[in-house]
Amino acid sequence: MNHLFRELAPISDAGWQEIDKEATRTLKTTLAARKLVDFVGPQGWDASAVGTGRIRQVEPPPRSTVEARLRQVLPMVELRVPFEMLRSELDAIDRGAQDPDTDPVIAAARSIAIAEDRVVFHGYATAGIRGICEGSGDATVALGDDYASYPVLVATAVNRLRDAGIDGPFAVALSERCYTSLTESTQAGYPVLEHVRDLIDGPLVWAPGLDGAVVLSMRGGDFQLTVGQDFSIGYLDHDAERVRLYIEESFTFWLQTPEAAVPLAFPTTQAGS
Amino acid sequence: MAGEALHEDRETLGPDILDRHRAISTIMEELEAIDWYNQRIKASGNAELQAVLRHNRNEEKEHCSMLLEWLRRHDREFETHLRTYLFSEGPIREASAGDAIPATGGGLSIGSLKG
Repeated sequence: MNHLFRELAPISDAGWQEIDKEATRTLKTTLAARKLVDFVGPQGWDASAVGTGRIRQVEPPPRSTVEARLRQVLPMVELRVPFEMLRSELDAIDRGAQDPDTDPVIAAARSIAIAEDRVVFHGYATAGIRGICEGSGDATVALGDDYASYPVLVATAVNRLRDAGIDGPFAVALSERCYTSLTESTQAGYPVLEHVRDLIDGPLVWAPGLDGAVVLSMRGGDFQLTVGQDFSIGYLDHDAERVRLYIEESFTFWLQTPEAAVPLAFPTTQAGS
Repeated sequence: MAGEALHEDRETLGPDILDRHRAISTIMEELEAIDWYNQRIKASGNAELQAVLRHNRNEEKEHCSMLLEWLRRHDREFETHLRTYLFSEGPIREASAGDAIPATGGGLSIGSLKG
């Protein structure tokens, strides 16, 4: 048994299979950053940090005749979302039910996937993580509600990347608001989303954890997501009616080349979309 | 690296595939070395040389095992099959996925979703 204590849960193999299947399906649909950035790991639950190769002076040193330096690391962040499954639904799975209520695991998986993406795209200052959209400085392109203008804005972002000496392939990640609006808008009878897709040579990704949009290079070596424990489902406790579980991961994100991404952002008053 | 063995354009392959290529190429080289050492140990009549070659060969086996583990961690299909067949008992072809050790004890093995 490991730290997830799955063997202690009153859940059959078929029940676990259904829970894991639904979680996996939701995670693969919702996660966006993992479709775009370099991935390292999984390094295991016992991995604690990623070394950055940098140091800082420690003052005062332990003795006046020596110099002291502290290694700078990116510590792993643990994300966990608890959820509850009805035992009656788990029993139904064992009887062959094809429509068990797995909404709790789907909601938990969606929540943790969006959380990972928010950290990667927008950073998590409390945990010492800079996000892809935080490093661009003045390069950010302003978004508005004129969706027909989006192809021009994406082309502007691609040009800014090229001007900065950043090679492709280039990808675009779009928030739910942007993605939906571009799908519904047409230009010359053609969805604007497809006009945007034609401008890039990498993927166009639906990213519900993102505000606005971002154009970024996928040449590699610019954005690194390091996972300790990849998404896993563990057991907390149970009673006669419910089983309490959780979905959890540990990871950190290293923004190695801030200029390899150009965010497209709504004005601050409209943020959070 | 064994870049000359690439069969597709390097830019198309991306860093993940290139790293797997590096690992697979190295595993091939380690296995070839083990095969050569086996033959030379058998052919040599000098006991001291045999001992040195045997030591070297066994180190190659360690290197190969470490690389296989790296590959397992970066290739989900490999992981599935290795869990099915490695350390199984009885006829190998009869080892089924049902006998496999549960995947990483609760891990969902999402990994990278690139490409």
